[in-house]
Amino acid sequence: MTIAVAMSGGVDSSVVAALLAENNSTADSNGPPAVVGLTMQLWNQRRLPALLGAEEGERGRASGRCCSLDDVYDARRVASFLGLPYYVVNLEDRFEQGVVRPFVESYLAGETPIPCSLCNTEIKFAEFIETARKVGANKIATGHYARIQQDPDSGRYRLFAGRDPAKDQSYFLFGLTQQQLARTLFPLGEFTKQEVRAMARHRNLPVAEKPDSQEICFVPTGNYRRFIDAYLSEQGVKIQDAAGELVTTDGRVLGRHEGLGNYTVGQRKGLGVAAGTPLYVISLDRTRNRVMVGSNDELLKKRLEVRKINWIRPASEGDSFEARVKIRNKHFPALARVETRSGGEALVEFAVPQRAITPGQAAVFYDGDEVVGGGWISGVLN
Amino acid sequence: MQRVYLDNNATTAVAPEVFEAMKPYFLDDYGNASSIHLRGQRARSAVEASREQLAHLLNARPSEIVFTSGGTESDNQALFGIAGASRSASKHIITTTIEHSAVLHTAKELEKRGVRVTYVPVGPSGVVDPADVEKAIRPDTVLISVMHANNEIGTIQPLEEIGCIAREHNVYFHTDAVQSVGKISVDVGRLGVDLLSLSAHKLHGPKGAGALYVRKGTILRPLMYGGHHERDRRPGTENVPGIVGLGKAAELAGAHLGAGMERVAHLRDCLEQRILSSIPLATVSGDTSRRLPNTSNISFDYIEGEGFVIAMDLKGVECSTGAACSSGSVEPSHVLTAIGRRPGQARSSIRFSLGRFNTAQDVDYALEVLPRVVEQLRSLSPHYKKDAVSA
Repeated sequence: MTIAVAMSGGVDSSVVAALLAENNSTADSNGPPAVVGLTMQLWNQRRLPALLGAEEGERGRASGRCCSLDDVYDARRVASFLGLPYYVVNLEDRFEQGVVRPFVESYLAGETPIPCSLCNTEIKFAEFIETARKVGANKIATGHYARIQQDPDSGRYRLFAGRDPAKDQSYFLFGLTQQQLARTLFPLGEFTKQEVRAMARHRNLPVAEKPDSQEICFVPTGNYRRFIDAYLSEQGVKIQDAAGELVTTDGRVLGRHEGLGNYTVGQRKGLGVAAGTPLYVISLDRTRNRVMVGSNDELLKKRLEVRKINWIRPASEGDSFEARVKIRNKHFPALARVETRSGGEALVEFAVPQRAITPGQAAVFYDGDEVVGGGWISGVLN
Repeated sequence: MQRVYLDNNATTAVAPEVFEAMKPYFLDDYGNASSIHLRGQRARSAVEASREQLAHLLNARPSEIVFTSGGTESDNQALFGIAGASRSASKHIITTTIEHSAVLHTAKELEKRGVRVTYVPVGPSGVVDPADVEKAIRPDTVLISVMHANNEIGTIQPLEEIGCIAREHNVYFHTDAVQSVGKISVDVGRLGVDLLSLSAHKLHGPKGAGALYVRKGTILRPLMYGGHHERDRRPGTENVPGIVGLGKAAELAGAHLGAGMERVAHLRDCLEQRILSSIPLATVSGDTSRRLPNTSNISFDYIEGEGFVIAMDLKGVECSTGAACSSGSVEPSHVLTAIGRRPGQARSSIRFSLGRFNTAQDVDYALEVLPRVVEQLRSLSPHYKKDAVSA
């Protein structure tokens, strides 16, 4: 059996490659290799030259530049160091269709999208698994901090948070199907980041001291808006930045806004209006093109609607259960009741109101450290 | 695991005789060919002997051979050299849509500098029509550049006819013969070319060495400035071991051209026919009646070339999707697009290129591995499954 390691050139996936190379020697020297390294070429950084200058100036932050030649170089160096066969596979077309376009559309629709979850379901655990199978690898391994276990009775695969709470990435993995889980290995799920870095140093991996990447990979500077502007201008689309009213939740017009795309729920800075008390974006009203603002207390909401749910642990329509629900990557999962509805939707009611619930982000349901399922936040209710 | 190399159009193994011939010029006879002393003289004799060997292979005069760093430099020197030497206010160059990047991108750069360029298209045969070249000639045409044999599909272009046309119209004629030299007979007189590019590593010589044939009397502007090397055509201390390797490689290639290349052609035909008879939905690209004896470009429907090449490599067979220079690009091959292949077909194309050191066992091994790889990839293609069901 051959395992394909998704190598990004970073510390995590490099340690995965090292661990697998150590534990899976090729028994039959005439057979296929036990481990093969693959790097997904997802985005061409040279494509939007308008962003390049900006990135140069912010290189300090942009350590995790997606698909930059440096990262491919690092991945290749690690594979060579470990003696693994290594290839770059080009998934740029699929990434643009499956991740970049939906990301831009969601942003323009006034949401705050998280492309990483989309990338996982559309690219890493769909296209990448297929690519791996095409080259003869039946399993893939990635550097995600999460754990997969197969239930001995039902045979179903269960997904758990990584052991390191600071690095747990299960929030981004709620979309994995049983077929995908069956073909996936997360060798880092049992380790902390410190342990992983120590393993990299212990093995003298060439990337042992490489800093972690922080931003969305194809928006390395973290400035979504600049990326979206550059992308749309490349596509020949001019954004209709329709200015509109900035209105308090009790109906007072305080000023103008410069287009909904410039605002996100919970934002405080850059509103351009002064009031006696601090003002926050409470919601974006797309039908009336209004930015609704109010006090911090008004950001606290109890109920939200979720759609396009993927259940990792089976659930039926009409089920109602208690779970801890996580509404953004850095959110501490909060106790809630989840009522499932038809069509892969659910209503979530928190025991205690949560701050800045944001449409476009994912809501992921946990039972302890097990991921029960998750979906996309489509609405926030009082 | 067995490893079979079927990518000889990308590069070739250095022949053992070539390696042996080069060795002394690293450790003992390392002199600068321009030096007065004995070591320098030895290097000079070696360079001139190589010039004769190469001239002999091309039926050229030794004084018409300019050693360069390889095919790309030779192509750049030919195009920039002719365009730069011409004094006319408006300049025009004719080339084709299936050239190697070393010519195409040089032509694009010349366009940026005000030179007009006509890219003559080719039909599905992958062979340019000399009449189309003639029609493209204008009063200000200074150069026609048409490759001898295509690197991806192996089609051989009608250089003799184009050479006659160029002479009639008094236009310089260059050919990129990087893929043909050593594989088929290349006679600069018969072809009627004024300039011809070649590269040592395509004919079992070392990388980093090549040559430009420059017909006596051709006025070229040099690419680089420095010493008076290579009759003021190309400054810089001669790459003596590389040049020696090229000379030896040329000599060996000449001896190998008849029976040796027939053997390679037989292996290629055997590989190609057995693929076509055993794999459904496989088609050969380009006119097979005028083709290099070692090249076969086959498109396998419902297969992505990239996955195929990786899967074959993991089973020990080395081939490619096309030019190694464009590996990793999502753009379908410009050559296959130029001969009318749709992007999907172009992405499903694989180039097998054999060489002197391939054996019948190599072909057998490739044929043992290939059907399983094709099946593996097709079984994962949703379109293949759907079409198979509806068929």
